[in-house]
Amino acid sequence: MEFSWDLVINAIVTGVILGGFYASVAIGVTIAFGMLDIVNIAHPAFMIAGAYLAFWGSEKCGFDPFVSMAVFAPCGYLFGRAFYRAYHFFFERRGDESLQGLAFFFGILFIVEIGVVLIFGVDYRSISEPYLESTIGVGFVSVPWRMLVPFLVGLGMLGSINLYLSRTFTGRTILAVSQDVEALRLVGANPIHAKEVAFGIAVATAIIAGVLLIIIQPVEPSITREYIGRAFAICVLGGIASIPGTLVASLILGVAEALTTTFYGPSWSPAVSFGLLLLTLIFRPAGIFGR
Amino acid sequence: MSNQAASVPPLRKPLPVSGRSRSGMAIILIGVALIVATMLFGSHIGEYYYLATYTILQFIILGTAWNILGGYGGYVNFGTAGFFAIGCYTTIVLNKIFPMPLFFEMFVAAVTAGLIGLGTGYLTLRLRGVFFSIATLALAIVLQTLIVNWSFVGGARGVYVIRPAVSGIFISYVQFLVVLMVGLATFAIFVAWAVEKSWIGIGLAAIRDDEAAAETSGVPSLRLKLIATTVSGALMGMAGAPFPYYVTYVDPATAFGLAIAVNSIAMPLVGGTAAWWGPVVGAILLGSAQQILTVTISSAANLFIVGILLVGFLTLAPRGVVGIVRGWKRGRR
Repeated sequence: MEFSWDLVINAIVTGVILGGFYASVAIGVTIAFGMLDIVNIAHPAFMIAGAYLAFWGSEKCGFDPFVSMAVFAPCGYLFGRAFYRAYHFFFERRGDESLQGLAFFFGILFIVEIGVVLIFGVDYRSISEPYLESTIGVGFVSVPWRMLVPFLVGLGMLGSINLYLSRTFTGRTILAVSQDVEALRLVGANPIHAKEVAFGIAVATAIIAGVLLIIIQPVEPSITREYIGRAFAICVLGGIASIPGTLVASLILGVAEALTTTFYGPSWSPAVSFGLLLLTLIFRPAGIFGR
Repeated sequence: MSNQAASVPPLRKPLPVSGRSRSGMAIILIGVALIVATMLFGSHIGEYYYLATYTILQFIILGTAWNILGGYGGYVNFGTAGFFAIGCYTTIVLNKIFPMPLFFEMFVAAVTAGLIGLGTGYLTLRLRGVFFSIATLALAIVLQTLIVNWSFVGGARGVYVIRPAVSGIFISYVQFLVVLMVGLATFAIFVAWAVEKSWIGIGLAAIRDDEAAAETSGVPSLRLKLIATTVSGALMGMAGAPFPYYVTYVDPATAFGLAIAVNSIAMPLVGGTAAWWGPVVGAILLGSAQQILTVTISSAANLFIVGILLVGFLTLAPRGVVGIVRGWKRGRR
């Protein structure tokens, strides 16, 4: 496409807004992978489950997306806690995380994806609310609410998780788990409990991210694979366990994808996140905010 | 094949030299016997059974190849479909430039996939194992995007491949492909067996159990991992090379299919990763189950059941069929 500054600015604004949404997807990976050392590659599967729950809620009960978040995120939290219990019992306890545990999450990703196909089919599904259809003008760029809502909710999620982790006792235990499990035991806190709570939060964020996803665009089950790349690219680029890093990396990825889509076409966009991930692993595996 | 495999004794301590070469000889003899059997009784077997056998043989090769790095070394490769597709598209590219013998195409495919494996390994194997896994996942998607945007090989629309004329001794080209795949599977299993029993396999096992300790006691861990990644990638590429002639139409969605990535991980883990015959047993079990389920129910349901079986084995029998057999033999003693 012809180069013009209008297009660049438009792409940057779109990218930043998209980045805010990506942050809501990646924060769960930052918690599970970065802080708890659980390589949850099934995270996008939980996200797609959230998207389809929102679709189901909207079809069957007429739920507004925000109602869906309020109803399904706590369910996701409880499910995540139970899921971590099972994972700990079957894999962590035996020291089998690296091979069997990783393959286990791969299997879960696969089961959820095929399960969604079997229940809902492979067609695109979407939800619509009148207030999401209108647009708002920012300077000479106009932004639809269906992009702005996920951006704002994404930023809000990062902010509140950051507050929770730094201000509450359980939050600080979660941060401590990522640093030294033995020292944590010595001060009398239970690392397994902290990991359980944190994993529950991670799954809850995935459910919310899924609701945000179906606000932005129609979804189909195989979308999970693109989001594995996006979530892990952001997490690694941001320095794995850093929340500010997650935000900055999300914005970088969002802008990079928007620029690529504008100037080279959407068929190249899956390569952006995975390419960025490979380049980060090769040149700076510690990420931007890594220690 | 599975009966023969199950009769091999568990190898917890190194066997005397005669015992070692005996199972290697057995692998080759069974392979030759199967080829002869296919040639002799080929005309009595229906076309469908050839196609089903081809798929199972392909998964034996992919599972065995995956296990060389994943099972012996403990490094999970999520990008099997990527290496497989490199093999497919090497054949397609060579075939477009100038039609040449399949053996030559397979050789080039194996070298290309092996080199890409070596490159990926060189760049990411110094990091923690999980980064290698994520990088292989990324590699498959980046390659897929490149192929989708490369119109010479058909892009996203895919490409048709014409089967060459079948030579004298074979009844059909499909029969030739099945005989070829029996040969390739025998070769792959033999390679896996040789790696497992050599110093490479012992070193990889040490890396899998405790990489830091292995390195401290002088195991050249990066070099061993690179050898394993290259061999494993080359075998996967080799398995992909005949695929275009088998399906005659290839598009990126098939060549990079999720079914390939999942099966090549599920089969070794269900069969058991600790011994060369684990992936073979797993591929025969899951492969035949899928063939039956695809015919009787549907192809989406059969992949769902593969997922359930994978998760079921991982949680309840994490050492797979190999672990069950070994535990049973130990209990009997």
